[in-house]
Formats: sequence, C-alpha cells, structure tokens
Amino acid sequence: MQLIFEQSVPGRKGVMLPASDVPRAAALPEGLRRAEPAALPELSELDLVRHFTNLSRRNFSVDTHFYPLGSCTMKYNAKVLENAAGLFSPLHPLTALLPGGSDLCQGALGMLYDLGQMLADVTGMDEVTTQPLAGAHGEMTGMLLIAAYHKAKGNKKKYVVVPDSSHGTNPASAAMVGYEIITIPTALYGDMDLELFRQAMNNEVAAVMMTCPNTLGLFNPHIKEIADIAHSHDALMYYDGANLNAIMGKVRPGDVGFDVIHVNLHKTFGTPHGGGGPGSGPVGVKKALVPFLPMPRIVHDDDSGQLRVQTDSPQTIGRTANFFGNFGVMVKAYAYMIMLGREGLIEVSEQAVLNANYIKERLKDYFELPYQQTCMHEVVFSASRQLEHGVHAIDIAKFLIDKGYHPPTVYFPLIVKEAIMIEPTETESKQTLDAFIEVMIEAAKLAESDPTAFAAMPVSMPVTRLDETKAAREQNVCCVG
Amino acid sequence: MTSHYCPHTPQEIREMLDAIGVASIEELFVPIPPELLAKTFNLPPGRSEFETYARMQELAADNCSQLSLFIGGGFYDHLIPAAVDHLAGRAEFYTAYTPYQPECSQGTLQALFEYQTAICRLTGLEVSNASLYDGATALAEGALMALRATNRSKLLVDGCISPIARQVLATYLSNLEVEIVALPPLDGLLNRQELAAQLDGDTAALLVQYPNVFGCVEDFSPVAEQVHAAGGLLVTAVYPVALGMLTSPAEIGADIAVGDGQSLGNPLSFGGPSFGFIAAKKACIRNMPGRIVGETVDKNGQRGFVLTLQAREQHIKRHKATSNICSNQSLCALRGLIFLSALGKGGLAELAQLNRDKAEYAKSCLARIPGVTVLQSAPTFNEFTVSLPKAADQVVGALLAKGIVAGLPLGQYFEGSQNLMVVTVTEKRSRKEIDLLVKELEVALCN
Repeated sequence: MQLIFEQSVPGRKGVMLPASDVPRAAALPEGLRRAEPAALPELSELDLVRHFTNLSRRNFSVDTHFYPLGSCTMKYNAKVLENAAGLFSPLHPLTALLPGGSDLCQGALGMLYDLGQMLADVTGMDEVTTQPLAGAHGEMTGMLLIAAYHKAKGNKKKYVVVPDSSHGTNPASAAMVGYEIITIPTALYGDMDLELFRQAMNNEVAAVMMTCPNTLGLFNPHIKEIADIAHSHDALMYYDGANLNAIMGKVRPGDVGFDVIHVNLHKTFGTPHGGGGPGSGPVGVKKALVPFLPMPRIVHDDDSGQLRVQTDSPQTIGRTANFFGNFGVMVKAYAYMIMLGREGLIEVSEQAVLNANYIKERLKDYFELPYQQTCMHEVVFSASRQLEHGVHAIDIAKFLIDKGYHPPTVYFPLIVKEAIMIEPTETESKQTLDAFIEVMIEAAKLAESDPTAFAAMPVSMPVTRLDETKAAREQNVCCVG
Repeated sequence: MTSHYCPHTPQEIREMLDAIGVASIEELFVPIPPELLAKTFNLPPGRSEFETYARMQELAADNCSQLSLFIGGGFYDHLIPAAVDHLAGRAEFYTAYTPYQPECSQGTLQALFEYQTAICRLTGLEVSNASLYDGATALAEGALMALRATNRSKLLVDGCISPIARQVLATYLSNLEVEIVALPPLDGLLNRQELAAQLDGDTAALLVQYPNVFGCVEDFSPVAEQVHAAGGLLVTAVYPVALGMLTSPAEIGADIAVGDGQSLGNPLSFGGPSFGFIAAKKACIRNMPGRIVGETVDKNGQRGFVLTLQAREQHIKRHKATSNICSNQSLCALRGLIFLSALGKGGLAELAQLNRDKAEYAKSCLARIPGVTVLQSAPTFNEFTVSLPKAADQVVGALLAKGIVAGLPLGQYFEGSQNLMVVTVTEKRSRKEIDLLVKELEVALCN
C-alpha cells in the first residue's frame, strides 16, 4: 500500500476550518516563523478515510481474530466501554485545580475515587493512585515510592531483586530509579529458586519484584515465605500486576505480603490495547507508603461531603505524569468493573484459568511442556521437539497467521528455549479454543512430515516474512521527501 | 453463569474439566496454598450493559461540560474532525496490540511509520519514535536521552517550561545522580545571563519550551549555538499546533524535540489519554526510548514495516534498556496522524493562524480593561499572560460561576505571581465568547 504521503496532491484539503470572525493578526517576526509549512499529506476526506480503513484491514485484532498473546491478556473489550468514555471528553483537567473548580467535576473525581477503592479491594491494598499511564510506568512509580520510603527511614538501599522469569520492564523500571539489579534464577520446579533467593537477600535490598502467577503461568506457593524473608531485611515486596487476571477474588496480593502493586487496566480490566496503548497502570500501596503517593490526589472532604483535589503533601514523590492518569482508559475500566461486579470478576479468573489448562492438557502430547503442574491463566510450551526437525517457534507463529490466528507470544519468557506462551483469556468460547488446538496439532504434525514447508509462511498476508536486519541496518524510520 | 462475557455453558465447562481431568474449577486453584486464599472481596454485584451505561451517564452529568474554556496550560480545546473518531474507532486498530508479528500487523506498523514521518516533518528532525506516554514524560525521556548521549550529568532547565512538566522531570530524576539547575524566568523569558553563568563542560543539555508557560515565543537559535559550543544538546518542548506557524525545532538547531500530542485530535478527557512525541537528530537514534518502526522489504522485495532497533528496549536489554517503557499511546498517536493528515500542509498553517488571530484579538480587548496589563516581553501564539489588579484566583473563581474558565492563575506555580493569569484562545472560541469573557472580567474586576 502507498504511504499517505505518497498520495498527496498539492492544494488538496481534507477538512475545512471555520471562517475567522476576528481581524487577522500582524505577522510574527522573521526569526520566529517557520520557513516552510510542514510537508503534511494533502488529500480529500474520502481518500483519507479509505487509506486508514484499508490500513486497518491489514491488522489482526481481538475483534477479528483469536489473539492469545501470552502476558498481554487480549480479552474482548465490551463495546459499551467505548460509549462510556465519550461521555467525559470535554473536561479540562486543570478545571479541577481552580478555586471552586472541583465542584464542576464531581462526577469525574467520584469515578476516579471509586475506581481507586475498587482496585484497592481487588488487590488488598490500602490506597491507590491512578496517575501512572501504563504498567511499566506504574512499576517506576512503585520504585520511586519504595525509594522514598527507605529514604524517609534512613535505610541505605542499593539493590532490587527480580527473578529471571520477570518481565523486562521490572529490571528496567528499577534501573530508572537508580537501583542495581540482582537476578535470581528459576528452579526446576518453575519458581524463583528459594535457596538462591535466601542467599542473595541482604539489608541493602530495597525491594523484591515478583509476578505471581509468574510468566510461566505458575503460582508460587512460597510467596508468603518470600515476603517474610524480604520484610526481615526491610525490603518491600512489589507485585507486577500483569497477571492479575488469574487470581481475582482468589488471592489478594496485599493479604500475602505485597506492599506495592500496579495493575494493568488494559489487561485485567477489559480496556482495549490500542495497537500498543494507551494502557493505564494504577498503583496500590499499603499504609506505610501512603505519605509518598504522587500528587495530585483526590481526597474526600468529610465536612462538605465533596471530593477535593490535593496538590501537595510534605513527603510526596512529586508527579510521575500530568494529573489523574489516562482518565479515558479509567472510565472504561470502571464501567467494566461495575458491569461484571464481584461474581463476574471471580468468574473471569476462573474461566481464564480453565481455558489455559484446557489448552495445556490438549496440547501437551504435541509440544514440550517444560513445567507440568497446573497452570493459571497462561501456559508456556517449548517448540524444542519441533526444533529437532528444524522448525522454530517463530515458524509455528507464521503457520498460525496463515490459519487466521494471531500467534501466542514467542521467545518469552527468555528462560524457556523456543517458548510459546499462550494466554487464551476467559472471553473465548470452547469452539474457538478447540479450533485453535486442532491447528496447533496440525502444526506439530507438519513439523514432522514436511518441516521445510514453514520457511515460506506466511503466504496469506499482504507481506511475507520481513527482513529485520535490513530495517535495523538502514534505519529508515520516516519517509524522506 | 453470571455474565455473558464468559461464554461457556455449564455443559462445556464439564467437558473441559473432564478433558483436564479435574472435578471442579476449584481444583485448578490448588497450587494456591489455602491459607493464602482471599478472605474478603467486596465489590458490588454486576449489572447489564444498559444499567452500566446509565450509571456512567449519571457520573458524566455530575460534571459541568459546557464551560467556555480560556485555559490551556498544555491541554488545548481544539476542533477534531469527525474522521478521527471514526477511523481510530476501527476495532482492527484499537483491539490490536503492539505489532510483535509484523505480517499480520502491517496496518498498525505502516500507520506508525507514517506517524513518525509526520512528527519528523513537523519538527524538522530526522528520527521519531512511535510515541511516549505524554508531553511531560516525553520531556523527562528527552532529558534522559541527552544524559546518555553526552555521558554528562547536569541539566539546565528553563524556568519558563510548564511547571507541571518540570515536576515530572524532577520526579523522574529524583534518585539518579543528575544535577538539575533551574534557570529562573526573567520577564517571562529564558534568563540568558543565568544560562551563560551555568553552562559548562558538565552540561548535558539545556531544556526549553516554546511557546513557554507564559505564552511567550523567543528565538532560541543563538542559545542552540551557545549550548552546542559547550558540547551540550538543546532539548525543546513544543506545542505541535503552534508548529503550523513557528520555527521548527530543527530550524532553531535543537537536537531533541518533545511534546504532547493531545492537541492533535485527542479530546481533553480530563487530562488523558494523549500521547508524547520525541524526535531527534539521527545520531541520537540508538539512545531513543520506546518503540521505533522501520521500513524494510519482505522475501519478495515488497515494502513492509517492522519494529526495529529493539536491542535498545526492555524486553531484550532489561535493566540496560534506554527506557522501561513498553506500552505506549499508539492509538492516540494514530489519532494525531489522522488529524495531521486531515488538515494537511495548508490546514495546519491555517489552524495555527486562526489560533493566533483569536488570541491577538482577545489580547487587544483585555488590554483595554483598566488595570489589566499584558505581558509584552515577546510575541505569543495562542496564549498570553495578563496581570490583573487583584488576585487571579479570585477572578477566575468569579468567572467560573458564570461558566467561563478565564485562564490559568500562576500564583501557585511562581512566587509573587498571585495577580498573573495565562489566557488561552483556540480556534474554538468565537468572537462572541471572547467578548463575553472581556465583559465578565470587567465586571469581576469592578466588584
């Protein structure tokens, strides 16, 4: 397909602006005016609409294809959530900070406040900030809170401990807050090696970051013990909420020793992933960390019964983003939570776990399953058996594309060779799962009968396999013209 | 069965449990030690989508959304062509995720490549990433990028940058060994004397913004030369709609440009989601944070797009990555691209002109009110600072009661600025609304 810039015709317009009802201003002085207008595309509204409509058709998406991308929780996004977000679009965030302004946005403030309370209930935390804009941003906010906690106590802390199965964002977020990383290997049983963890712990450890269930889809039965060990060194426990979809109503991280958590509203709470974002990563904390929460915060004024915006507090870490976070995303998550309610969210986790175990059982004869125990919401296979025939995880992914499935996550977690990480989510029907299982079995059989067939795949897409080396070498990241 | 979002029938659940070889769903949760199971879970009962929507309408009705907005401060009330909502509302875009599998994600990848191109053309710089969270975090990422690129540890920050963005920057860097030197504003402009005194061989970058928080636009090209001569970089935060008219960051000599994309086709939505953009000279590309889309070819030599230079990123480099960012604001960036493509080359310039015309009109009317003076230290775009004969907070509060958000009082951000207010006038404000603002402001000042 042509780039939109290649369709440009000088002088064409896609939108007409209202006529001016004021006099034209004097021109800006020479040094402040750009020499040439930016070379943006010039095309009619129809050509614009056709271009983006046709581009959209070159995507797999949840609404068009099964999308079992592990660790991403690609559940169905209910349409009513989209309608709800539009109800709040004209609100200016600074209004809330003006004198008398908070009275004019009680609905928005109330929604945020209630969302925080509901998230605190799901996670077992005391308070929540909705400011972080994505999961990794929540992690960084959490690390800043932990750093502030230690600083206030006069603790000298240097390290953050992560298991080697962790998401890459965990060590990256800790590093952005100046911590050095200690990585603990995974034991044969699929959890962080408890003995090595015990040995690595010392009084300079600021925090332990855990994903539970972890990226292998396994719930760590020693989690309480790990938390106790961490706390004995005054290290705090950080819960990466990427996999919260597995345990709602079953386990509350705050009850089992976690001090800080981020949740990914775009994963667990049904908001769309947007082709890469926007997400939303509210952070929940235990009481000891409340004084450090970022500003502004929404507080309940008991005298007036109204919600107010607090803009400063003596120990706050400051601000990790502009205001209240990705508000439009939170409107959707709030609608999702009140729609599903208590029983609905429990059912979500139960059926997410049911679906993953169903796939695990039905495929384990065909693909290597490095960790055999009951999994939670996702299952990680290895294509090691197929590799014996020269077929890699990526080949199986491309086979799936030709069959009309978005591939699972491949090559992650890094600790599983040729990993194939499948997260079906709770919104998929048994028929969809069965059909997917059949196609996976077909892939396994083809790997034995005709392993060379994979090299050409996919054949049904607008492009075949792409030359990534060329892209990295040439670094053509914008259209010159 | 309590919700229709989980589709299995009881019969199907039975069949699946049988296939797994367990008697009940509870058995699947056996890996969780019983003593760790939740003892409390208090959410309210669920409801239908209709009742859900009705509740959301109730909440929305508890906001005043009919205000006449003369407030900006980084968030601007601009027109959004209908096509933006419709096209970004295509579920193939909004229910996809990060394009890890390029062959079945060419829609998102090409759109992001086009977005990067639009940002490069707007800023005049050579490379852009595929979006960051927002303008404030983009400024922080731009600063971190400059620290990495120069291997230096000191930042000079113009005090005329949005105070909110400066707070975010300070929070981002609070635990790193970086010296942040704030240059206090001088008459609403960069304090060039202070700059000369502070700029040295440790300086990684000077961070500036235009138009700045006071609305002022100044020529930073001499400053760029000065910073470059000291071996540092110039990072500019910019308002993208203003770039329809103002000198581009590249023309000034900036090395890195950042900004917030809310004004490009994203509703105010109480502050988010919007997107942050970051563009730079090509030499900086390996220090860029976040996703980058690159052009390549497939096995048949056909053009296609992939995520590239991923060895900078957290999922490969972990703690050595250029940033921790994973999810970005892709859909908002797509809205930005559609917005810029709908307006096109001439349209963006026209939009910028309209903004300046309206603001200049409002400025001249407000200047005629006795006791009101306009800060005249530099030309402005669609925002300007006025000094009132009484506390701006009080005046803004009085006008708010009449449905007008008159401006952003600066008192809480700058010492001794209790009477200062920044007034923003976008193309959406009619002459009638501006005249009403002037009238009501006069009334408020008399009382």
